[in-house]
Amino acid sequence: MTDTLITRRTVIKSVGAALIVGVSPPLLPVHAQGLLPTPTMRGGSNNYLPGAAIVDKIGGGGFWMTGTVRRAGDGKPLAGQRIQIWAHTTEGHERDPHSHGATLTKTDGTFRLEMPQIVPAFGQPHGHLAYDGDEFKTVFLRPVMQNVNDTSLNVEFVLQPA
Amino acid sequence: MSLKKKAWINTGLIWSTLAIVIIVPIVAALQSPLLAWRDPVYIVAGLAGIIAMVLLFVQPLLAGGYLRGLSRLLSRRVHRVIGGILVMMIVIHVIGLWITSPPDVIDALLFTSPTPFSAWDVIAMWALFASALTVLLRRRLRINSHKWRFIHTGFAVVIVSSSIVHALLIIGTMEVISKRILCGFILAITAKVIVDWWRLPKR
Repeated sequence: MTDTLITRRTVIKSVGAALIVGVSPPLLPVHAQGLLPTPTMRGGSNNYLPGAAIVDKIGGGGFWMTGTVRRAGDGKPLAGQRIQIWAHTTEGHERDPHSHGATLTKTDGTFRLEMPQIVPAFGQPHGHLAYDGDEFKTVFLRPVMQNVNDTSLNVEFVLQPA
Repeated sequence: MSLKKKAWINTGLIWSTLAIVIIVPIVAALQSPLLAWRDPVYIVAGLAGIIAMVLLFVQPLLAGGYLRGLSRLLSRRVHRVIGGILVMMIVIHVIGLWITSPPDVIDALLFTSPTPFSAWDVIAMWALFASALTVLLRRRLRINSHKWRFIHTGFAVVIVSSSIVHALLIIGTMEVISKRILCGFILAITAKVIVDWWRLPKR
């Protein structure tokens, strides 16, 4: 059972959507046509481990972290981008090196990495992701699971050139 | 039923309620599946927070002198000792969390944490520390008893309400039903102390 009905993500999503729909067309005609870059989330970089190795799987697996990586503006899928993933799981704390792993995006800009089940830590069941390259501006994400028992999380990166 | 017998039953009811409200949330939290995936330091940090939460229920009971069998004087002394333990528990709570994940604690302390409950726990912590400080400086600052009640009750209201919001919003080791019931008891007894004080004949 979750205690929060309205998560921070819900609020950000609704406010974000309202702003995009309500404010953008009259005020920002250029951006209205293009895909906006994903902003870094608060706390997203916590316990980040620079240069975590590319792995086939983090630990024993059982949980899927999936996502897409696209370019801001035209939305072109970005292949070969390095994404680092970490979380507090059934196999370790966020700070533990074995809780970290990186993967590369495929030609269609998607990525998926199997990892141990994420469990609530510091009050929320959440994961961490980082765009781990030099070509684009750094982005850190901290998605929260809607349900503690979820066995996957999906995120979207929209990157802008560094 | 004789008056004496009634009083005995009342006393028994009060103390057994106290025991249940204290023990059940702690025992329930110790059964949490999350504990299996946490280091001892993290477990101790969480437990210190839960004990602090339980003590928030004991404090107004002592302040209002509702624990039959304890004199007003003894109640106050115990209230003061538990106040000290409360500060200790919060210090252990924060240090334990800091060791577990320093950046998350720094975010919370700077009010830049992504979690919706973090501001409340930091507010409760500072209110508790400020309250403890006024206890220590009361004589030196020559605060009279009338002013004192306003100051101390003011801190109590902030500590209790922020701690309850913190506890309810968090997904942690506390079992949800026992957590909500404990919070209800804390809120009710705190309100009762304030109402009873308000109703006292004014000097």
